[in-house]
Amino acid sequence: MAMPPFVTLDAVAAPLVLDNIDTDQIIPGKELMRVATSGFGDGLFSEWRYRGGAREENPDFVLNREPFRNAGILLAGGNFACGSSREVAVWALRDFGIRAVIASSYGGIFHANCFRNGVLPVTLAADSVRELAATVEAGNVRLTIDLPQQQVRSASGQAFGFKIGALHKQMLLEGLDAVELTLSRSDEIRAFQARDRERRPWVWIDNDAADLAAGTDGPR
Amino acid sequence: MSPASPRSFFDKVWDDHVVADLGDDAWLMHIDRHFLHELSGAVSFKGLDDAGRTVRHPELSFATIDHVVATEPGRGRSSRIPGGIDFMSGLAAGVARHRIRFFDVGDSRQGIVHVIAPELGAALPGLTLVCGDSHTTTVGGIGAMSWGIGSSDGEHVLATQTLVISRPKSMRVNFDGRLTHGVYAKDMVLALIAAIGADGGIGHAVEFAGEAVRALPIEGRLTICNMAAEMSARLGFVAPDATTLAFLHGRTYAPKGALWQSASDYWLSLASDEGAAFDREVRLDCNTLAPQVTWGTSPEHVVAIDAVVPRADAARDETGRRSRERALAYMDVAPGQALQSLPITGAFIGSCTNSRLDDLRSAAAVLRGRRVADGVRAICVPGSTAVKHAAESEGLAAVFISAGFEWRESGCSLCMSAGGESFARGSRVISTTNRNFEDRQGPRVRSHLASPATVAASAVLGRVADPRPLLAH
Ligand code: SF4
Repeated sequence: MAMPPFVTLDAVAAPLVLDNIDTDQIIPGKELMRVATSGFGDGLFSEWRYRGGAREENPDFVLNREPFRNAGILLAGGNFACGSSREVAVWALRDFGIRAVIASSYGGIFHANCFRNGVLPVTLAADSVRELAATVEAGNVRLTIDLPQQQVRSASGQAFGFKIGALHKQMLLEGLDAVELTLSRSDEIRAFQARDRERRPWVWIDNDAADLAAGTDGPR
Repeated sequence: MSPASPRSFFDKVWDDHVVADLGDDAWLMHIDRHFLHELSGAVSFKGLDDAGRTVRHPELSFATIDHVVATEPGRGRSSRIPGGIDFMSGLAAGVARHRIRFFDVGDSRQGIVHVIAPELGAALPGLTLVCGDSHTTTVGGIGAMSWGIGSSDGEHVLATQTLVISRPKSMRVNFDGRLTHGVYAKDMVLALIAAIGADGGIGHAVEFAGEAVRALPIEGRLTICNMAAEMSARLGFVAPDATTLAFLHGRTYAPKGALWQSASDYWLSLASDEGAAFDREVRLDCNTLAPQVTWGTSPEHVVAIDAVVPRADAARDETGRRSRERALAYMDVAPGQALQSLPITGAFIGSCTNSRLDDLRSAAAVLRGRRVADGVRAICVPGSTAVKHAAESEGLAAVFISAGFEWRESGCSLCMSAGGESFARGSRVISTTNRNFEDRQGPRVRSHLASPATVAASAVLGRVADPRPLLAH
């Protein structure tokens, strides 16, 4: 599916600078139960956002406070969104309205999932993230993320450059569909597979005979 | 790099899967095996079908049901969670439409996806294998290069049999020495995560090596690689050796006859060359290792079983200190408190970390002739239907049941509350799983992670407990 392009984002940034915020926190297991790829914003951080299991807001949680209710950017600590591979973590952030995260490092699967959904994971040094969080907490709540220039800027004049792979950047800027891109390389895939069948024939199984019989394998 | 320069296991497997170099560290990689389960698989199929695409190589994919299915005896294809049934029927419809082999509830091959992949010989050394699940790293225990992906990438694999990824950095962890009685693979990997942190493997492909790893059965290697996900490693693996070959020989999807011969030659050639370079090397001494247990809400919050809860300012930095303070509050523990003084009301043996036959044997060695303490709800969920049957026929099930454990059908179950079942709100449990995250095993549930023997000992004593005094020598 083609994605909405990401070029420049000027938005309120919500500070949630804790390490190792895992995807079970971003979207708890019980919020996952629909075969769908959108409509998960309500479940975002639900154990932190709501009290007592009901949807009664916890006024202490940052996303329940003005102006962070309308955050478009999340400032987080190290190893953000580690843990479960659930892509719903990205969908929940996106559905809430968050199009970019700024953190010092990420869980690898989440990082990859972001690019498939038009969400930009910016990596900055932990000190820089803390500086930005301090600025936001002091009332300068808006940040600008400029993807073409690969820069994060605050209203108080801070500017931090960030790195991003060329392909990821292009995919976000143009909202490209990853599957389409790869399908355009079908010849190369075919050539690889032809070579591989010669080299590693044991990789290539088929799905008839053995699969029809009930399995008898087990631990030994 | 000249062709003669020494290569690691990872270098070799990587090189053999590059379809195209897309520049700036983006690589189009061939994917040899794809596993689907109902929670992520159903969504991948939906994406594929919505886009009107087809599955390029259905014969390289496998599907099963594990995450949301109920695990009570006689369950059938049912779930305790509203909506759970839609995931199972979505997966079942997808595999039927696209002709993918499927181990449904009731099939003797059904089980937790990472448990059945090696058990069936569907995962093999030197293969790339992906699944929409972070603990796919488990399968690295038999020498596969395996990792978890999101459901959009799952759709990408279905449509193209490839993925675009960056090349991870490399790390080798050497576990030196020999484990003592009552100490297991789980303790090794918990101690490692304590040492290098829950982000210690971030961006890395991690090779587990050393005498203590070589001495482990495949089950233990799978346990270590399972928890590679908890140090945020991209990949974790143990290079294949004679133990690996003996484990795989004769399994349903493993090569047979002449193909077995050429495959095993290839597998054994994958071992890291003498002098291969790694971006980082770590050593850990196993001779003095004690059983380990977590005290907090990150898998790095680990101490030895006879230790006390550490202070929050033992953290590396300010952010780490705040995270630890939060963990102390959530877990309702205080610095200086002995772990073994903590009473528990739940004990769980299961999950892709520790639910294989060897794990059940080590727990049964503690439970034999003993009873679970009053007030403790103890549950054992075998990792696969095959493990369950094997445990029943060698008498382990009887040991669990007469000790007072619930004996379940295979699945993820209470590892994750997505199954619809959870421990009582706010209760303290000890668990053989891999994640002690907030709310993972139920709302406000406090989870302590440990080995199957430690969980069994704790269930018997009604508190966090060292298994060693309960194990016969
Ligand atoms: S057992 Fe737990 S960790 Fe393993 S795949 Fe299932 S839910 Fe995930």
